[in-house]
Parts: sequence; C-alpha cells; structure tokens
Amino acid sequence: MGVPELAFYGFAVTMIAAALLVVVSRNPVHSVLWLILAFLSSAGLFILLGAEFLALLLAIVYVGAVAVLFLFVVMMLDVDFASLKANMSKYFPLAALIGVVLLMQLALAYGAWTSAPEARSLRDAPMPTAEGMHNTKALGMLLYDQYFLLFQTAGLILLVALIGAIVLTLRHREGIKRQDPMRQMARDPAKAMELKDVKPGQGLS
Amino acid sequence: MENLLSEYLPILIFLGVAVGFGLILLLSALVVAVRRPDPEKVSAYECGFNAFDDARMKFDVRFYLVAILFIIFDLEVAFLFPWAVAFGEISMTAFWSMMIFLFVLTAGFAYEWKKGAMEWE
Repeated sequence: MGVPELAFYGFAVTMIAAALLVVVSRNPVHSVLWLILAFLSSAGLFILLGAEFLALLLAIVYVGAVAVLFLFVVMMLDVDFASLKANMSKYFPLAALIGVVLLMQLALAYGAWTSAPEARSLRDAPMPTAEGMHNTKALGMLLYDQYFLLFQTAGLILLVALIGAIVLTLRHREGIKRQDPMRQMARDPAKAMELKDVKPGQGLS
Repeated sequence: MENLLSEYLPILIFLGVAVGFGLILLLSALVVAVRRPDPEKVSAYECGFNAFDDARMKFDVRFYLVAILFIIFDLEVAFLFPWAVAFGEISMTAFWSMMIFLFVLTAGFAYEWKKGAMEWE
C-alpha cells in the first residue's frame, strides 16, 4: 500500500468520524468545529483525486466562511441545545429508520447504475494531463465560455443572496447618534459658536 | 497524477507532524502534569461574585449579515482565480462573460453600499 492509499484511508476515516461527531456531540459549537475537520479532510480527498483548485476552494470558502456562518447561526439562535439533545434517544428509532431507508435507496440507485456508452466521450473536462495544463487553468479554459449560462446563473444567485440577506436582516435603528465626518469637517468657527452680549442682572433667554 | 501527488507529500508530512506534535503535547500533559482537582478551580470567577447568568447570549443579527456578505464576495473572488490564471488563452466570450459577472455583482455591491449595510450604526 503506497502513500496515496494510506492518505486516502486516513482522510476518509477522519472525515467519517468527524461527521459522526458533528451529529452526536453535545455542544453545538463543538459540532461546528468537527464540521470544519470534516471539510478539511474532504479537501484532502479532493487533492488525492487531483482536483487541487476545488480542494483549496473548499478550505477557503467552507472552512473560512461557511463554518464561521454556522458558528454565528448557532450562537444567534440561542436555543438550549442541551435539552434538545437530552431526548435524542427518544427520536433515535425514527432517525435510524430514515437512515436505513436512505441507505437502501442509495444501494438501489447504485445497483441500477449504468452509464451511457457515449457519456465518456461527451465529457468536456478530461483529466488535465500532467504536462502543461494544471487544474486551475483547465477550469479557467472551460468555465467561462463553455458553461457561460451556468456561470452567469451563479453570479445571479450570488446577487440574490446578497439582496436577500440585506432585505431580511438590515434594520437601521432609530435614534442613534451617528458620526458624520463630512459635516464635522465642514464646520467653521462662524457657525460653531455665537457671542452674546449679556446685560448685568439678566440671564440668557 | 503521481507527479502531482508527490508535490503534495511535504504538506502531508507537515500535517502528520502537526497532528503528532499536538497529540504528544496533550498526552504528555495527561501523563506528566500534577493534578489536584478542586471544585473551586473550575467555578466561574467574576471579580469575586458569582456569575449573574449564562455567558451564552443572543448574537446580534448584524454579525450574520457581515458574514454572509463576506461569503458572497469571497465566492466572487474564487471565480476570478481560474479566469486570471487562464487569462492569456481564453476567448473573448470568456472575457466578456466575466465582465458581465463582475457587473452584476458590482450592482449588488452598489445596492449594499447605498442601503448602508456596511455601516455599523
């Protein structure tokens, strides 16, 4: 068994164990940390497949951003997860049933799987060869014109996510004193203060 | 393929060393360290008085907004990488396709700026 096989089994076992711990760990913050470990080991699996760009993207986007988002959601919801977890054993039979059904569906789908004879030749993205073309470049040559529509759809989905997040969560609070640098800089002494001539024995009205 | 993987071998070794080193430190603490457990040692200490309530409190939703905006522009940059790497050889369609993509997201960015989503009260 060579190093790649050993690395594959190491990453795969780590990923499955981490995924299991995501489900069973009591503290939701620990769950998110295990999820990060699962993402990182799947990035290792991607590298073993030769998909370097996707692997690093997984590390950057999922570990760097999505996991942080999950942490925020876990902290924001403020649900008492301990009490939810406490009666987990009550739901275990149902969950096990659903899991078994899903597993059998997967097995059926895999058993009935046949690939069309011409599918292999129709692939647009052959494995980039070792000489000359590396992974990122092969993606770059392919993504932007051959998959024009999908690429633009991705852009539009990002736009929708941006607008949706702003519409859903942005609330400007009333009655907050904001600092306006432009107004501060535009002030001059003539507007900033006023001299009053106060007569003796009288106050300012 | 083998060539590509052998380039990653140093990273794998580094990963192994990192994990091993962490495990050694944890286990040596378990074996060597003096342990005299005491309930007072793990109780909360807040300037002498007991903690008022749970440290876990509701996060402001604005953190979530900042995080999701960060993810969106992170992904935009991720799409730029292969384009930039293949820039010398891509077609005009690919070039303008990226320009449209950038325009769409810049429109979103202008919307975000106008709405004041980046301001922190």
